[in-house]
Amino acid sequence: MFSSARAAITAALLALFIPALSLEANAAEIEITQPWTRATPPAAKVGGGYLTLTNKGTVIDTLLGASSEIADRVEVHKMEMVDGIMKMRPVPEGLEIPAGQTAELAPGGYHLMLMGLKRPITQGERISVTLKFEKSNPVDVELVAGPLGSSTPNSGENPNGGSSSMSHGESN
Amino acid sequence: MRGRRIGLIAAAILAVVLTVVGFTIVTGSKSTGGGPRGSGVATVGGPFTLTGVDGQAVTEKDLLGKPSAIFFGFTYCPEVCPTTLSELSALADQLGSDADKLNLVFISVDAERDGPEEMKQYLTAFDSRIIGLTGTPEQIDAAAKAFKIYYTKVPLDDGDYTMDHTASVILMDAYGKFFGTMAYEEAMSVMLAKLKRLIGEG
Repeated sequence: MFSSARAAITAALLALFIPALSLEANAAEIEITQPWTRATPPAAKVGGGYLTLTNKGTVIDTLLGASSEIADRVEVHKMEMVDGIMKMRPVPEGLEIPAGQTAELAPGGYHLMLMGLKRPITQGERISVTLKFEKSNPVDVELVAGPLGSSTPNSGENPNGGSSSMSHGESN
Repeated sequence: MRGRRIGLIAAAILAVVLTVVGFTIVTGSKSTGGGPRGSGVATVGGPFTLTGVDGQAVTEKDLLGKPSAIFFGFTYCPEVCPTTLSELSALADQLGSDADKLNLVFISVDAERDGPEEMKQYLTAFDSRIIGLTGTPEQIDAAAKAFKIYYTKVPLDDGDYTMDHTASVILMDAYGKFFGTMAYEEAMSVMLAKLKRLIGEG
């Protein structure tokens, strides 16, 4: 009696672990490149996170959101400029990354919205963020903080925040 | 029945009027972007009373005598506002002492969260010449209307909210007349040329 209950529990546990193992295999299939953020002004309560996601697997996956110790919550948002008006909206359904394709979180579009910042982000700092997916396991990344107002990840190279943001604007 | 029909007609008229007004503002700001002075949109600008970062009252008269570059935003803005303010800071850097001949102004559209103290702290990250202004919802509304700035509060599911707002920088001459605009994502070289022209002619 006792041992059959134990066997049942073992079977149940095994059943739980098998799908977990297959998820593990999926996790490696989302490749993340160039995660970055930018320094925030004092008193700022929000920050943006940017990165490129490539789905190397065979099934579609969705970036649902993320978490970080520096923020109360991290959501997927989308910014749009409509007739010169800046609009920003949460994307609770997440950002889909079809198999074999790349999705970009970049200024002017989709981004991670770090909300309720507990302290300002300083230039050069690395912000740990855990990305959450619909299918893949969570993935830890470090967002490298560029200067205030930077619009590209590389502008973090320049120690002078002011002039590095001059890279903003294509014809420049 | 008749009342309902009148209501429908009134709603239709209102919709048409709103569309025309909206279209005029949009095309107006587009066609005058960087264009010559006196190009027909003389209605941008007007009286306002706001509060500076030290709690002092600031009106449109305080900006006269120097041309102004005015940007509306809010401190809970992750991208457009810090980017624009750091661009204005970089432009001020490039202009050097000529930047003293300009008023660089940041006006909050978020009365609830941006008090003078929040504005003061926020602006320490940018060029010290940037003037931060905020006010009551009514005062901010009056200023936004004067400068033909669109903004609206957008409630989010979790009880939080964000703001939609016009992302252009409004350029005014030393007499308080509309001079032009600088669009978000405009090249820095173009913005620098506009500010130089504003200082020279405005």
